[in-house]
Amino acid sequence: MSTVRLLAVFVENKPGQSARITKLLAEARINIRWVTIANSGLFGVMKFLVADPDRARDVLKQEGVMASFLEVIPVEVADQPGALQAVVECLAKNNINLDNTSGFVANQHAVVLIETQDTERAKALLIQQGLRVLSGEELLGV
Amino acid sequence: MLFAMCPSTPANPDRAYWKPAEETLARPTLEALQLDRLKRTVARVGESVPFYRKKFEQAKVSPDDLRTLDDLRRLPFTTGADLRESYPTGMLAVPLDEALRLHTSSGTTGKPKALFFSRQDVDNAAELIARSFVATGMTKRDIFQNMMTYGLFTGALVAHYGAEKVGCLVIPAGPGNSERQLLLMQDFHTTSIHLTPSFALYFADILEKRGINPRKDLSLKRAFVGAEPYTEETRRKIEEGLGLRVFNSYGLSEMNGPGVAFECQEQSGMHLWEDHYIMEIIDPESGETLPPGECGELVLTTLVREAMPILRYRTRDITAIVDAPCACGRTHRRIQRITGRADDMLIVRGVNIYPQQIERILMSIPKLGRNYLIVLEGLDEMTVKVELSETGFDGQLDHVVALQHEIAGLLRAEILTKPHVELVPPGTLPISEGKAKRVIDNRKL
Repeated sequence: MSTVRLLAVFVENKPGQSARITKLLAEARINIRWVTIANSGLFGVMKFLVADPDRARDVLKQEGVMASFLEVIPVEVADQPGALQAVVECLAKNNINLDNTSGFVANQHAVVLIETQDTERAKALLIQQGLRVLSGEELLGV
Repeated sequence: MLFAMCPSTPANPDRAYWKPAEETLARPTLEALQLDRLKRTVARVGESVPFYRKKFEQAKVSPDDLRTLDDLRRLPFTTGADLRESYPTGMLAVPLDEALRLHTSSGTTGKPKALFFSRQDVDNAAELIARSFVATGMTKRDIFQNMMTYGLFTGALVAHYGAEKVGCLVIPAGPGNSERQLLLMQDFHTTSIHLTPSFALYFADILEKRGINPRKDLSLKRAFVGAEPYTEETRRKIEEGLGLRVFNSYGLSEMNGPGVAFECQEQSGMHLWEDHYIMEIIDPESGETLPPGECGELVLTTLVREAMPILRYRTRDITAIVDAPCACGRTHRRIQRITGRADDMLIVRGVNIYPQQIERILMSIPKLGRNYLIVLEGLDEMTVKVELSETGFDGQLDHVVALQHEIAGLLRAEILTKPHVELVPPGTLPISEGKAKRVIDNRKL
């Protein structure tokens, strides 16, 4: 089962820092498919979904930017009320904690990106539940 | 002399003493000896050194006021500036033709300090080195490669004479030239080396690059490392990289150079040779004496020096006295590793803080890099900026936040005030060569 990796970038929380990162990615012609920016006081983390996270990290590293990878589980759910509820309940019942989770709807596909400490078990449970866990290609194709 | 002078040769060199009677004197006997030697020293300088005669007059004390060791506190301090001002011969207590050797202590500013040794002083300094080296397990069968600087600096020569006293083969290699150092080590099976921590780290790097495994390819057993302050972490790095045990050495040219205090096999604090020196720990601001265990400035008084006795010398080095008995059996009390220089001391919210205390905490956390900066602003607001190490970020914001809180907590426990902690990516802080500028003080007090 392939895992989906996000690029996580450590940035100082100063004006212009996010722009510096996105500029580097743009110049390397790296397409950002999804992004979140979270700040905590003096620093923050930007997370990106890109086609080739390894190349993106190399591009940033060359410019002295600190980046790492995060595993996420992309789950496709029905674009209707109660869909997220099914996912969350399935994990809660099995005592799996959600870390950072976000979702989006695009082209009639609703996708939830789940971060958890227990990736493998969570994935197996979600599949068992009949939910559709996407591969990297599938996620990028949405 | 109150004790017999016979070198010991027990079967187990790990438990050997150089002069067991001197090293294991009962405390009351040792203190009586100190008082006796102190009285003689004070009487002599009061008579023969105009600098001290004037100081005693100003402080309204006379050598006769010394009844107990505590009375030492009534005597004036001697500072580095005093030594510079009396350059070249103002502190000499004997006629110049009784002096056998001159060393100087390099000052970063102004004149150097001139230090004179009589024949007996040269011999005493070597005695303390022999005592120190044997305490680490050294015997006459060892091969000693002295990788310190020979010359006006005391480091190499004093150690050289001491090692000869022990009876080792001494290789006066001097510093630098790593290729030749390595050749000597290989060809003469060097077991013991004496060098600075920075050279030790550099040399370990050279070995690694050359693919030399010191444990297999060399015969090194121990390194005497001193002349610059270093941390426990650096000790472990040197031990790992050179495949030997590192013994911490403390000394200063003003007090004969190396061999003032030295680690024994326990590697836990340095025995300060109290039959030759009286140590005090003072608050560097107020000059008040501090009890054992408390960190402050080390103040030393020479007890047997002939050519140039020095009373209550402000070393500017920050340490604490370890009062507990040592498993090695030596009765001379220990000092902790030097944690800083009094000149570096910061006062933040009324608390004395040394940058090295902060450094020690930061360096003990693997997720952090080596570069840090302490910034003081406004009314005593302290910010510690520190770089994450290359592997210090796993992509999780909350892990970075937790690390930040952890560091703030550890610092608070150490320096009693809670600084702001700012984690920055590697390479963000200014890179500094050599003596790094670690503190920026922009306070408006």
